[in-house]
Order: sequence, then C-alpha cells, then structure tokens
Amino acid sequence: MKITFDWLKDHLKTNLKEKNLLDQLTNIGLEVESVESPSDDNGLFKIAEITKTEKHPNADRLKVCDVNIGGNEIKKVVCGAENAKEGLLTIYAPPGAIIPKTKIKLVIAKIRGVTSYGMLCSESELNLSDASDGITELPKEHKKNIGKSYFTKLKSNLIDLSITPNRPDCLGIKGIARDLAASGFGKLVDLKEKKIRSKIKNPLKVKINKEKGQGCTAFGSCLITNVKNTESPQWLKDKLISVGQKPISAIVDITNYVMLDINRPLHAYDADKIEKSIIVRNSRSGEEFTALDNKIYRLENDMCVISDKKGILGLGGIIGGTRSGTEFDTKNIFLESAFFEPKSIRNTAKKLSIDTDAKFRFERGIDPLSIENGLNKAASLIKEICGGEISKVDIQKIKTYKNKTLTFDLNLFEKITGFKISTKEILKILEDLGIKFKKKKKYLKLTIPSWRPDILQEVDIVEELVRISGYDKIKTIHPVKERTRPTLTLSQKLFHFLQRSIASKGYLEAITWSFTDANYNNFFKGTKKEIKIVNPISSELGVLRNSIFSNLIMYMNKNLDRGFKDLSIFEIGPIFNGFNPGEQNIVVCGLSAGKKFRLNWIEKERNVDVFDVKRDVVQTLVEAGYSSDKFFIDNETPNYYHPGKSGRLFLNKGKDQVAAYFGEIHPNILKKIDMKTESLVGFEIFLDNLNLPKKTLNDQKPQFTVSDYQKSERDFAFIMNKDLNAQDLINAISSVDKSLIKNIKVFDVYEGGNIPENQKSVAISVTIQSSEKTLNDNDLEKINKLIIETVENKTGAKIRS
Amino acid sequence: MTDLKKIKDEFLSKLREKLDISELNQIKSDLFGKNGLISTQFKKIGTIAVSERKKFASDLNIIKDELQNLISSKINEVESAEINKKLEKEKIDITLPERSFVRGKIHPVSQTIDEISSIFSEIGFSVEEGPDVENEYNNFTALNTPENHPARDMHDTFYLDEKKQKLLRTHTSPVQIRTMLKDQPPFKIIAPGRTYRSDSDQTHSPMFHQVEGLHIDKNINMGHLKGCLNYFIKEFFEVDKIKMRFRPSHFPFTEPSAEVDIGYEMKDGKIIIGEGNQWLEILGCGMVHPNVLKNVKVDPAKFQGYAFGIGIDRLAMLKYGINDLRAFFDCDYRWLNHFGFDPLDVPTNYRGLSR
Repeated sequence: MKITFDWLKDHLKTNLKEKNLLDQLTNIGLEVESVESPSDDNGLFKIAEITKTEKHPNADRLKVCDVNIGGNEIKKVVCGAENAKEGLLTIYAPPGAIIPKTKIKLVIAKIRGVTSYGMLCSESELNLSDASDGITELPKEHKKNIGKSYFTKLKSNLIDLSITPNRPDCLGIKGIARDLAASGFGKLVDLKEKKIRSKIKNPLKVKINKEKGQGCTAFGSCLITNVKNTESPQWLKDKLISVGQKPISAIVDITNYVMLDINRPLHAYDADKIEKSIIVRNSRSGEEFTALDNKIYRLENDMCVISDKKGILGLGGIIGGTRSGTEFDTKNIFLESAFFEPKSIRNTAKKLSIDTDAKFRFERGIDPLSIENGLNKAASLIKEICGGEISKVDIQKIKTYKNKTLTFDLNLFEKITGFKISTKEILKILEDLGIKFKKKKKYLKLTIPSWRPDILQEVDIVEELVRISGYDKIKTIHPVKERTRPTLTLSQKLFHFLQRSIASKGYLEAITWSFTDANYNNFFKGTKKEIKIVNPISSELGVLRNSIFSNLIMYMNKNLDRGFKDLSIFEIGPIFNGFNPGEQNIVVCGLSAGKKFRLNWIEKERNVDVFDVKRDVVQTLVEAGYSSDKFFIDNETPNYYHPGKSGRLFLNKGKDQVAAYFGEIHPNILKKIDMKTESLVGFEIFLDNLNLPKKTLNDQKPQFTVSDYQKSERDFAFIMNKDLNAQDLINAISSVDKSLIKNIKVFDVYEGGNIPENQKSVAISVTIQSSEKTLNDNDLEKINKLIIETVENKTGAKIRS
Repeated sequence: MTDLKKIKDEFLSKLREKLDISELNQIKSDLFGKNGLISTQFKKIGTIAVSERKKFASDLNIIKDELQNLISSKINEVESAEINKKLEKEKIDITLPERSFVRGKIHPVSQTIDEISSIFSEIGFSVEEGPDVENEYNNFTALNTPENHPARDMHDTFYLDEKKQKLLRTHTSPVQIRTMLKDQPPFKIIAPGRTYRSDSDQTHSPMFHQVEGLHIDKNINMGHLKGCLNYFIKEFFEVDKIKMRFRPSHFPFTEPSAEVDIGYEMKDGKIIIGEGNQWLEILGCGMVHPNVLKNVKVDPAKFQGYAFGIGIDRLAMLKYGINDLRAFFDCDYRWLNHFGFDPLDVPTNYRGLSR
C-alpha cells in the first residue's frame, strides 16, 4: 500500500514530522517497507508524439522513431516496443534522465549502429503500473500537452507499507489514519458524509439472483447522466501520481481515488452500453467475456458475474469488461458499489489467474457498510468535475449485515501480554478504533466495526490493545536455565554422530535440494516409485529425490568441471519413498572421485577404490558403536553400483535391514552424464535401518579382561576358487575356537604365476592366545591342524604346501 | 702392590691414547677376561697371607672399579661419536611436504542448527522433527489458515497431487501440530528442518531451513517470548548487547503476532550485529492462536504459550558473513571448503559455540 504523508493529512490532524510517522507506522504493525523521495528530474519526462516510424536497418525488432517533444523539436529514438506507431502519444525520457524503475541514467547511445536520443518509456519503467509490454499509451486528449512534463513536481515522499492480509481497512488512507490517531499520533479528521439528495429515478434495475454460492450480497448503484468525461483536474492527477498511479480520465481517476482513500472499490459502466437491466448471477460453464485487460476469459460454473440481457459485463469485484467500459465520450455513467464475498472472489480469481487491485481488496474483506458512502463520495466528485445529474441511490441486498459482538474479559490482556494497562486506557483505545463498548463489571460487551473483519474473538482484542499501546511495553522475562528432558533423541544423536564422523574422514558436507532432475533420479531410483511435483520450479527439479546420489553426482560433476580432480563430498538428509508424510528416510550418502596421492613425492599415486569407501563406512559404523565382528557383507547391490565392485553391509548375520551400500558407481552412469574422472566410488548409510541400542554405549561394553599369557601368530596360505570370499575363509577359521583365536588377518591375495587359472591364493595370519595358560607346541599344532581341516572341509580351499 | 700398581699405570696410560671400539674391547678382555690381568689377580686373593689379604683385596677392587669405569666411559664416548657421525649422513630436507592429508568440513547450515540446538538445550527445549512431505491440514488448516485465506498466497506451495492435499511443507510450523497431537502439555520444543516454497531469485531459494519453537504451559505470556528470543539472539551472535525490536505483525496461527528485527550497521561492507540504526527482520513469532490449540485438543482456557519461526540460512549468513543464499545449495567445493567447519568443532555450552 503506497501512501504519502500529505494524503494522510486529509484524514489526520497532526503536528508531528514524517520521521515520527515512519516509526509510528512500524510500531503499530503497519510496516514501512520503503520510503522513496520524489526524483528531482521527474520534470524531464515529457509527453511526446511519435510522428514517424521506420524499421531499424540492422535489427528486425527495433524501430527508429521520430518523436515530437514539443516546440517543433523532433528527436530520433530507437525503440523496441511493438506498439510504437505513428500518432501514438507517449512519454519521452531525454538523455540524462534517470529511469525510476531501473535507476539507470540515460545517455545518448548507438543502438545497432543508429544513434538514439533518449527513450520512450513503458508504464513499468516509470513505476506507474506493472505493464511492461510496450510503451505507455496516453489518450488523445493529451495531444495539447505535447512537450509538457508528464509528472508535476512532487512534494511528498512515497511511503510503501506492507499491510498484513488481516487488515483490509488499512488498504485505505483513512484506515491508516484511524490507527495512527488511536496510537496518539494526531487526531482523526471527521469528514462528514455528503448524502446525495435526488429525486431522479434510476431507470436501470438491479437484481441479485438468489443462487447457491452467490458471491454478491449487496449491490449499490446510481446513474449519473449527461456527464462530460475529461482529464482530471491537476489536484486529482497529482494525488494519484504521488502514490504511483497513472491518471487516465476523470471518471476512472475518481473511482481509483475513492478506492485508495477509503478502501471502497467502485466500478463505472457506460450506462448506454448496458442492455436494459443488471443481473448479478452465477456464471455458466463456457461463458466468455473480454475483460479490461484485453484478455478473453472462459468461465466455469458459479463465478459471480455482473450481466445484462446481452451477457456478461464483468466479473464482480475482480475486473470489468470492455463492452461497458467508460471512454472520454461516455455520456451516462452507471456507478457500482457492491459487496462481494472474499471466498468467492478468491476462488474465481485463482481459477482464472487474475490479479487486480479490486480483487486484492475484496478477497481481504471490504467494509460492507461503505457501499453508500462510496457512491456518495464518487458521484459528487463526478458531478463536480464532469457535470451531470445524479439519480437516487439504489441498494439491493440478499443479506443484511449485522455487526459482530464480543464479550471481552478485561483480565485477559495481562494474562496474554504479561503487563497491565488501565481500564481507562483500554476504553480509549477501543473507542479510537471504532469499537463500541458497554462495561459490565470485569467484562466488556463489544460491538465490532464493519471495517474490521479480522476481529473475531477476545484474543483479537488483546492484539489491538497491545499493538496500539506499544510492543515496547512488553516485559523481558529471562528464561530459566533448566533442562527436564534430554535435548536429543537417540536417533538424533546418531544423526549428528554420523554427520561429523563422515566429515572427519575427509568428506565435505553438502546440502542439496530435496528435489532433483527426473533424468538423474532415474539412474538411482532402483525399485522406488517416482514422486512428481505438480508445480515444480523448473523441469530439472521436477521430482523428489529417491536417492541423494542424483544431486550429489550432478554437483560432483560440476566441481570436476571447475578443474578439481580429487574430491570427496557427502550429504545427510532425506530421501523419499512415497507421496505420504513420513514416507522418507535419512541417508548418509558420499561420493569420492579421482585419485589418492596424485603427484605425490613420497607416496604412490592410485585411484580411489571400493576399499576406500568400505573403510569409511565400516570405520564410521564402528565409531558409532556397532561391532564390526558382527557385520555381514555380500555383493548384492542396486544397479547403480558396479556389479562386481560393490557391497552391501548388514549389522549382523541376521540380514534384517541393509545398513549400507558401498562401491564403484556404475561406469554406464558416468558415461551417460559425461563425467570425466579416473574413478568414482560412493556409499549410502541408512540411518533408519541402524537399530538403536537399548542400552547406553557404556553399558554395552563387556567387562574388561585381558590375557597376559604368550600369544602366537601362525600364517596360512590357502588356494581356493576365485569366487570364494575371504569372508568365508575367515568365518571358517573363527568357528574353530572362539576362545583361542583372537584375531584373523588377511595379508596377501595372489593370482597368476604358479597358481592355477580361476584360483587364488589367500594368506592369513591367525593370532592364537589362551586366557588360561601359555600354549605349548603340542597345543598349537593341534589348533593348526584343526584350522586347516575346518577350512578345507567347509570351504573347499586347500592349504598351499 | 707393585704388581697391581704396575697394571694400573700401564693401562691408564694405554687408555689415554686414542682408541677405537675394538681396541677398547681388547683392553677390556685383557683386564677382565677369563684370564685377564685383573681376573688373575682376583684368583690370587686366596693365596695371600691373611694379614695382608684384606688390604690386597680392597686395593684390587679400587683399581678394578677405576679401570672398569674408565673403559665404559671411553666406550660410550666412542659409540656416541660413531652414531653422531652416522646421523650426520642421514640429514634430510625437512621442508619437503608432509604426507598428504584431507580435511572434511561441516556445512554452515548444519553447524548453525547445532548452535541453535545447543542454545535452546540450555533453557530446556528438546528437538522435535517432522516430515518434509506434509498434508494440507497440518501445514495450513490446523494452523488456522483455512483454504481461501489470503495468507496462503504468501506461501508459494509445491504440491504433490492435483487435489493439493499433499505438499512440501512451507514452514516448520506443522511440527507444532504433530507434537501437540501426540503428547500432552506442557510443550517446550524446537524443530529445525528443511522447508520449501516455489520461489527462486537472488534472495529466495526453493528450499531453505527454518527452526520452529513452541512453548506451551499454564502461564506463558508475551514477556516469556520476548525474554526467550532476546536470550537466543544474544547467545547466537555471541554479543553482550543486542538491539532488538519487537513489532506487531500478523500470522494466522499466532495472535498477537510479532516480527523481530535486530539492529545492525554496515562497516567496510560487513554487517555488524547489535549496533547502528538499521533494522533487519530475522524472525516471526507470537502467542499460539486459541484456534490452533483447539485443533490439537489443548484447552486454550488452561494452556497458552508462544511459537516462533526463524530462518536458519539467514542467521548463518548474518553470523558468518555469507552474502548469497543460493550458494548454500550450490555445492561449490571452494565455497564448502571456505565456509565449512571442522567436524571437531562441535558447538557446546561449556566450550562456547564457536572458536
């Protein structure tokens, strides 16, 4: 909502300065978004006429225009607007002028080889409206003004307020003045309503159809005959321009003025274009009309339309139609002042995607009792400026408005706000806000004014009182430093632990979007279903991610393109499995690319490999408190991993839920996304699949016992089939005697040479120690034999002789 | 006596010469070997007359000790000289690079979430979570924002179905609803997490982070709200004084509602928090609307309290001087490395939030 202090002063008597005003507005909840001082060179923008257009010799879309800027002066201006044509009256900005919207200072410039002396401006460039298609078109009445400056010199700063959606009353200058006056910032000027006293009958009958969901509950109107529509007088033009509106014609300007001043939207029809009578009714599916924005709208059932015998004139409270619009030659005016239900307005505007000033106001709630005042005010102004005769005011209603009433408990204020104000002060604020009251002991009987649709219950009154008396009066009660419940749950603790554990292994934490490109998602989706967003920000962010890999690999590739070769990144966050709340899981997902020890003077360079990520996964899980002795690992992994170089890890042999996957990313994916790296490995740890310990980590630890008896290390080499897993060998050995075998370590894997084809040799070192005695040669020999026998029987491997 | 003195003098003079390790060992064996001169003398002790035996033995021991000490100190000298000589040849260029290491980092948003949790932990809040995909009811209706409420326009919502029943939560406030539905008052929680709005430009990202706060008990009023936020902001920015402005605003789910600005000034292109005359909006809050309490079966006549919502990314930007919101999610290696935190840098109460 744009206002000026000057306009406010129409409604507010005050000696205070603008600086105080800005603070006070914010203090009472009417937040000042920006303050703009009028530009000194507004006078530079001149009304001008295009006298000739030619195609630009070097650019198809540009035109070279001869522009008459008055005083027989013609300027050559290059213009790209489609609507630039001979005879068009528009607004010319000379070199040196600063364009209000872009704040760019114009210079004489060559545009594709043709020198342009200044610019023809669109409405949006001048901050007159949002219209940015084409340059401003001024009505032909402006012809006599060619050469004159378009803006008159402005005195007032433009104050832009952010009005919250609950305060439609403050979408009018008067409402803002009322709030300010209540807060002690001056006195509200009591402008007496001038009633129209007329004996002239209004021949146009209005009927509101009583239909289901009728969006219009009251329709006031009057007819003004024999007017002469003209340009607005300077005071009115100045007023509108001062708040950034474009003056159009007296009739339109007056309705805009009344809307801005008291938040009462009106609509003026050319009465001669209305067929017989007005019917307010629900639309039928398929009906069409051309609106004032020059678009044709095709309506659905049950939208509130204003119509006549011939068809639709406009969408009630949203936008009028071209058929009955007023022009400079309009003689007779039919003026509408109606009440439309916010819900109906919103539904219709949403379905048709229309946003207008009237819609914005009606959907927030217009004062239902302002119908007559709006008509009175506008009709008198029209008569004053355009002449003519005003008919009787007619108001049709299908519902009578009754003011809301409330019982307010005076104690509630302190209970909610924590501080006290006197009953006297409370009554004063209520009165200033237009809330009527009757005092009954500790209670007030309140009657809420019609312009405050937001006040519905007691707490809304508390808000009014605390807002006006000042939020600075609220005490600061310091919090008590006391904790009665643990801050984090076990799984939240695990989240933080895994996050920092992975980072400590050289991975940079990334946060990427929860949505992703469907093409990338497809690579990593596995068997999950695709979750589409109905209205994505772009098609590349069209689905919720089924895996973190899709985003991570995309960003990894971007980083590789930046010239980094050896990178590790990870993310911990949600992946999505379905459309329903809760169908999501926390995953820790990491990627590592390139080499270890690239160009290293002391260490041997090598590609990152699956055993690097296996270490990161296993170490992290061990650090998180899971025992690696119990881990079970096999090679069944989703198809986005290298089928031979990847694994899945379970926390125990029960294989309940997958704790993690790790491995090389499938080379086909790298090829498809054109990723250039020596190696790419990754992992996923599924936090929700990690069973949370029932006991604390401390309680899980067994008693501390160590053996001081001598330990022995024995080495074995087995020859076995290539597809036999080392894990099988280890399992076989550990099954021999859990109390004696303390450690089993693979220290060599060898193929080729004198080893038969399809076989491999695996060398293992076994640590044997008893907790009861020192083992003698005989004992050791027995275990040796047992190990060899067990391995050979269980796995088919043969001891290498 | 003469024998002993002769041996002593002879070997003392020998040991004065420059000797290498094998010569020293030779001397050692000449004296103390099986048939060494000193060893032989010891064997003689039994044959000496009783009257002289004691003195002989004592003299012999003195000479033995003297020679032995001298020999071992000589051996030490020579050995250490030899080691030194060897080490002399082993000198390396210590300015060559160490074996390489890699450093991981924690994202500034994660770090900020941990800082926030740590601060609120101190005053008794626990951390709650909710799903990113929400139903329309929890995100809007239960929060007193029925369909056709203009406030819904301020939330450009991503929907997952044409009926607009499933959506990506536009704020963390639905966690309030979930928390209150599953438990009984009092409630004292914060809920950090991802939030989504279909808005994308320089200052808006389609995904961002919020932390919700909720404190409901029998007598929690606006003074508690002010105190809690004042404490939080001071702790978070790690400053003694903070300029904070509470001003009226509107949210459908709180009444009365407020927005909080903090004072700042620009110095050399950097934001200085807590000074100056500029105001920066950092959060929205208010007393939980009675309609919301009714929706979650909490009696507003018995219980009341406040809620707040803070933009985490915004806080991180302010505290750590990050200018561009979009960079948070751009995953640029250089950015992550520059703004990231060491994983050992866990924000805690006793150690302080940041180094």
